[in-house]
Amino acid sequence: MRALIWITESSWPACVDQARALLPADAEVTLVHVAASDVEYLAGHPGPGRLGRHRPPPPGPPVREIAEAEAQALLERARERLGRDAELSARRGRIEREVIEAAEGFDLLVMARDGEPRREPKSIGHFARFVVDHAGCPVLLVWAERPPGIEHMHWPPHLRR
Amino acid sequence: MNEAVALVALAASLTAAVARWRRAPDWAVAVAAAVVVVLVGALSVHDARTALGRLGPTVGFLAALLVLADACRRAGVFDALGALMAFGSRRRPGRLLAMVFLAAAGTTAVLSLDATIVLLTPIVFATAARLPASPRPHVYACSHLANSASLLLPVSNLTNLLAFAAAGVSFTRFAALMALPWLVAIAVEWIVLSRVFADDLRSAAAPVAGQRAEERPALPVFALAVIALTLLGFGISSIVGVAPVWFAAAGAVVLTLRRPPDSLTSLVSAAEPTFLVFVLALGVVVTAAGNHGLSSVVDSLLPHGASLPALLGVAAVSAVLANMVNNLPATLIIVAVVSASAPGAVLAMLIGVNVGPNLTYVGSLATLLWRRIVHAHDEDIDTREFLKLGALTVPAALVASTVALWLALQVL
Repeated sequence: MRALIWITESSWPACVDQARALLPADAEVTLVHVAASDVEYLAGHPGPGRLGRHRPPPPGPPVREIAEAEAQALLERARERLGRDAELSARRGRIEREVIEAAEGFDLLVMARDGEPRREPKSIGHFARFVVDHAGCPVLLVWAERPPGIEHMHWPPHLRR
Repeated sequence: MNEAVALVALAASLTAAVARWRRAPDWAVAVAAAVVVVLVGALSVHDARTALGRLGPTVGFLAALLVLADACRRAGVFDALGALMAFGSRRRPGRLLAMVFLAAAGTTAVLSLDATIVLLTPIVFATAARLPASPRPHVYACSHLANSASLLLPVSNLTNLLAFAAAGVSFTRFAALMALPWLVAIAVEWIVLSRVFADDLRSAAAPVAGQRAEERPALPVFALAVIALTLLGFGISSIVGVAPVWFAAAGAVVLTLRRPPDSLTSLVSAAEPTFLVFVLALGVVVTAAGNHGLSSVVDSLLPHGASLPALLGVAAVSAVLANMVNNLPATLIIVAVVSASAPGAVLAMLIGVNVGPNLTYVGSLATLLWRRIVHAHDEDIDTREFLKLGALTVPAALVASTVALWLALQVL
């Protein structure tokens, strides 16, 4: 079995913990992180916000280098927490597209809900929603933090007892 | 004839700035256009001199501020801000956004929007990435606040510097009148950004082992003291009868001597001389176009007086014009017309031209369309996301800040 774990800054510990508990021992695991290229662009290219301005490039290491180093560090921390061998894949681009493309050929995608910590549609944010809707393999969708019990769930009117 | 020459000269300068031809840089086109309007007599030599004389101190002021901001970078001010943001965030993305708001609003107000965009934003990106947190909300906050938090001081934005003289108020009165609009604009940004990016701002739930607590970072005391003294100088400039530009120049000189740049070239390029030339030349061309009918057209579009509806109208027209032709020419065109209703209308115009550009990332619809046509795929910026954020923040911030300005004008 080939499993892909989608590592994000906000939910990776939960994803890794669930994968460690649930994946079979012989599963081949890959950890993937996507650096958002649009945000890098915004941070690294001083916008021509004012007419005629050819702003100098920002001093210091380029934003992309920082992003690559931090993505690698995050993936390595995740592998350490996972406690088993895993391939690391740092991608950059538009997040939803990269995850969908990365998941091709895998037997399972492990990912976390990235929205509100409540049992409702908003518990899945727009990146995760796109991936859940379009992934070509089974998806294990974990909670980033334990959700409230069923007694706190807000049922839609037609389902209320 | 003269009318046509002046308008073509203006159109050529604006087009060159948007199109960025390598062989005909904007500053060269603008200088050529300025020379042409004087040669054909669309603007008398005397009027051209008057325009340059009026803009000269403003451009000098801008140069001093750019050098001051660059010296602050060399002195480690922005690195220290990054460390302070990381320290203050306590590893929580929501708290980091609050720290980024403080840093970006403060940097923009004191050292101008350029310092925020060029010097602070990469630091903010790195700080978020190292937390680790999604850099998205924090980078967008910098990008937005560079515009909307540039209302407070005459030094926060070149548009403010250009309109400062026309506003007819002292440095401190400008700040007093714009303090409430500034805070209101920042509040609107906070309300919208913290909701739109709520998903990105959630903390990693499980505690992460092996991370040591951040130590309180050391501060570049000397540089911060120079900035504080420069601000103090701005504040007392009207009392002691010394123009604020001299305090900016003094601050820039002191910090540059303390932290000399690697080379004279890097010192000069920090002041962006070609941009300064562009501003001067554009000022001459806009004066010519203004004398030949543009001012009366703009005048007929703008409401008059200092009533709340009039101020809202001025802010709205200014925002629209800033989005059509960019905020700098919009300021030059409008300021000549509204100075009769100073300071209210001038400050309302500044709200429009400063907050308005957040509608598009690139500064104006003209630039956006041009870039979509010419560079269809070489930029990975998410235009949709930026436009959505702009639509959510700009109209609200325009209205709320202008109402705040009107209130300030009643009270102060």
